[in-house]
Amino acid sequence: MSDSQKPAEPYYKQKDLKKFAEVGAFRPELMEKFFDYYNSVVATEGALTKREKSLIALAVSHVKQCPYCIDAYTSSCLENGSNPDEMTEAIHVGAAMEAGINLVHGVQMQNALRKKGAL
Amino acid sequence: MENSTAATIPEAKVSTAFANRVFHSGQDLKPTALDTLQINITKLCNQACVHCHVDSSPRRREAMSDETLDRILAILKADDQIKTLDITGGAPELHARFKDVVKEARALGKTVMIRHNLTVAQDPHPVTKESMHDLPDFFAEYGVEIVSSLPYYQEFFTDKQRGSGVFKKSITTLQQLNERGFGTSGGERVLNLVYNPVGAFLPPNQEDLEKTYKKHLKENFGISFDQLFALTNMPIHRFKVQLKRLGTYEEYMETLSGAFNPAAAKGIMCRNLVSVAYDGTLYDCDFNQVLGMKLRDVPDLQSWNREKLLKRTIKTDDHCFGCTAGAGSSCGGNTADE
Repeated sequence: MSDSQKPAEPYYKQKDLKKFAEVGAFRPELMEKFFDYYNSVVATEGALTKREKSLIALAVSHVKQCPYCIDAYTSSCLENGSNPDEMTEAIHVGAAMEAGINLVHGVQMQNALRKKGAL
Repeated sequence: MENSTAATIPEAKVSTAFANRVFHSGQDLKPTALDTLQINITKLCNQACVHCHVDSSPRRREAMSDETLDRILAILKADDQIKTLDITGGAPELHARFKDVVKEARALGKTVMIRHNLTVAQDPHPVTKESMHDLPDFFAEYGVEIVSSLPYYQEFFTDKQRGSGVFKKSITTLQQLNERGFGTSGGERVLNLVYNPVGAFLPPNQEDLEKTYKKHLKENFGISFDQLFALTNMPIHRFKVQLKRLGTYEEYMETLSGAFNPAAAKGIMCRNLVSVAYDGTLYDCDFNQVLGMKLRDVPDLQSWNREKLLKRTIKTDDHCFGCTAGAGSSCGGNTADE
């Protein structure tokens, strides 16, 4: 098999998530601040439960299409007691927001049309 | 009927990773007491659940003999430090002498805990086809404690793990148990439920999940229960095969090992119970039993010796990470705070 025939290696590899902390090899104090903030927000009970936070994070993971986050927050949702109904509803919220955000820019389109005298 | 299946299981090659981890955490996994005898009286079950570490099913026929049961009753009579008889299987109610054993153990003043799968009261006996509908009345008459698996408070996850139709049957039995005072009497008639994950992930926080279960089961089905025990799935036998098939075994083991909690190791079940297999052989727990990890110095009921049992070295292997992950997992649920 020539090099050109070999299947391309995936750009995102599941095992790479474990290397996240290695980003802190340089300017570690910044990464430390990030992880401190991140864990304070998502990994603790607050006004929102960890279960609710995991569902929000799952929705954002889909909106931002981050494969690492989708894996991590699917596990996190399950480990905080969620079920496929709740998780699917959460990603629908993300999808509906994206659709709404897209459509509301129709106002900008209409403003532009008006400027051109076309509306 | 007995056969030699368990006797012919070769002892697995044992890993020292768990023992080393315990040692380096400053823990000493020695028995702390011997107050519970857990007996696995049959591998026959009306269900064949995905996660079942015993590989129980309607086709299994292994059952504890009269001789072995009589020996157990004799030990219960002679040893007043054993307070609890924990009867498991398979579905233990399917054993021909199940009711006799319960009656005799109760007459000896022992707490009798039944690992009751809920559906066995609704299905006919897989072999004799007899109705098992009288079980809730029997449980009430003899004041047993009931511990029942309900992997989720909704149908989808429950049926995915335990088979189609299991959730609806479980709800029917839970309502019948409530009508007889189980789970509604403030602890007089005990009904505890068991959650275990429907896949390769750790269980949620037990306290939070118990609140959610109580809310949903009460609102939707009028059901009450006492406590929820959140258990971790053991990476052995049928569940291990599933993990291997999905290609997630190594990842799951890393998850368990990564969540090792020294505090959880303190309260794990092998420290205060002995597990008896259907053929009378002895183990540190039900999981070691199905892996063929027999006790060394006191291998069976014939050689029963309380002092030796209390001094034994508990046998461990990689699956033990399942009992010490996160908040811990034992027959009575979490063993530590997370």
